[in-house]
Amino acid sequence: MYDVIIIGAGPAGLTAALYLERALKEVLVLEASSYGGQILTTDKIDNYPGLPGISGFDYSNLLYNQAKDMGAEFAFEKAIEIKDKGKIKEVITEKNTYKAKGVIIATGADNRKLGLENEDKLVGKGVSYCATCDGAFYKKKIVAVNGGGNTALEEALYLSDIAEKVYLIYRRDEFTKAEKKLVKQIEKKENIEVIFNTIITKLNEKGGKLASINIETKDEEPKTIDINGLFIAVGRVPESENFAKLVNTDEAGYIEAAEDCSTNVEGIFVAGDNRVKEVRQLTTATADGTVAATNIIKYLNDKGGK
Amino acid sequence: MIPVTKDTFEKEILKRKGKVLVDFNASWCGPCRMLQPVLEELEKENKNCTFASINVDDNEELSQECGVMSIPCLVLFEDGKEIDRSVGFKSLEELKEMIGE
Repeated sequence: MYDVIIIGAGPAGLTAALYLERALKEVLVLEASSYGGQILTTDKIDNYPGLPGISGFDYSNLLYNQAKDMGAEFAFEKAIEIKDKGKIKEVITEKNTYKAKGVIIATGADNRKLGLENEDKLVGKGVSYCATCDGAFYKKKIVAVNGGGNTALEEALYLSDIAEKVYLIYRRDEFTKAEKKLVKQIEKKENIEVIFNTIITKLNEKGGKLASINIETKDEEPKTIDINGLFIAVGRVPESENFAKLVNTDEAGYIEAAEDCSTNVEGIFVAGDNRVKEVRQLTTATADGTVAATNIIKYLNDKGGK
Repeated sequence: MIPVTKDTFEKEILKRKGKVLVDFNASWCGPCRMLQPVLEELEKENKNCTFASINVDDNEELSQECGVMSIPCLVLFEDGKEIDRSVGFKSLEELKEMIGE
């Protein structure tokens, strides 16, 4: 029996683990993939205070080792269900059932897909959700980035130094969601062509690889453009479906929580990108981890732990 | 892990009897570096599979010939033929399943 099980070893979950270990709680962190979460694939982090320019990989490693060295246990298993048995919670993974007095859900979010036919089939064959992972395979090639947020702009900039040409395709008529500094950098790049008011309607393959895309621009005839790679950066979806039976979520699937990160179920807290909130950044993920840990400690000391 | 290049690919992988798990990777790829210790652990536990590593930056042509467009990419060969392939980070359990242990 653990004091707390944290589901997810991203920045929110790992920060929560730190705080819980400092309060001498027994902690198990469950992770379905690799620790680090979404930040792992970020080339260079420039908006985390005190660590200018650190790579996502280095940051993830530092945080993981910090939590581990303090005594947090880890199991690389995917949590598929939480059962609320009052003062005891059971977390069921594909292999085991673990028990704890409290649970923090820090499962974060995953890339949103376009939902086009062939999309899943072409992942790793021209379709990608991560420019820093796959960009190097497109040296001197033609690529497109779909999206208009910070991630999309960062990916387009990263790719512009590798690829021959980058189309940046966005459904709105200006980059209102992105940082101004990034928009300026995009404007300066000669090999980035921005295509506003446009959606991608079809992925065309040839010889098992992506060869071109069909696009539709507002008030214009649909057309096809030849590309070697498409990088999709159209936002994220919360990883909450395994727990939506137990905790309340909004329509998009984000878990509803109060400012203290508590959910509708006593003893179950939520931290990070899968929570209903305005700003989803590295800083707010670690802040959530802190808040959730602090309040679960309070819960354990008040009633859960008795 | 045996480092493999274009020159040794045929000898080390295509002509090898039994299973070879080939890890296509690069130093700049975070998930590849995360996968490294997992593969090393798998290698320690499994004597029935050979483990090989190909750096995609040093072996651009070879990676392209193998159809690698996203890393980490693991390709499983048996008696010189590709029998399975996976893209992205994998846990120890998933890898055990892949190599059939």
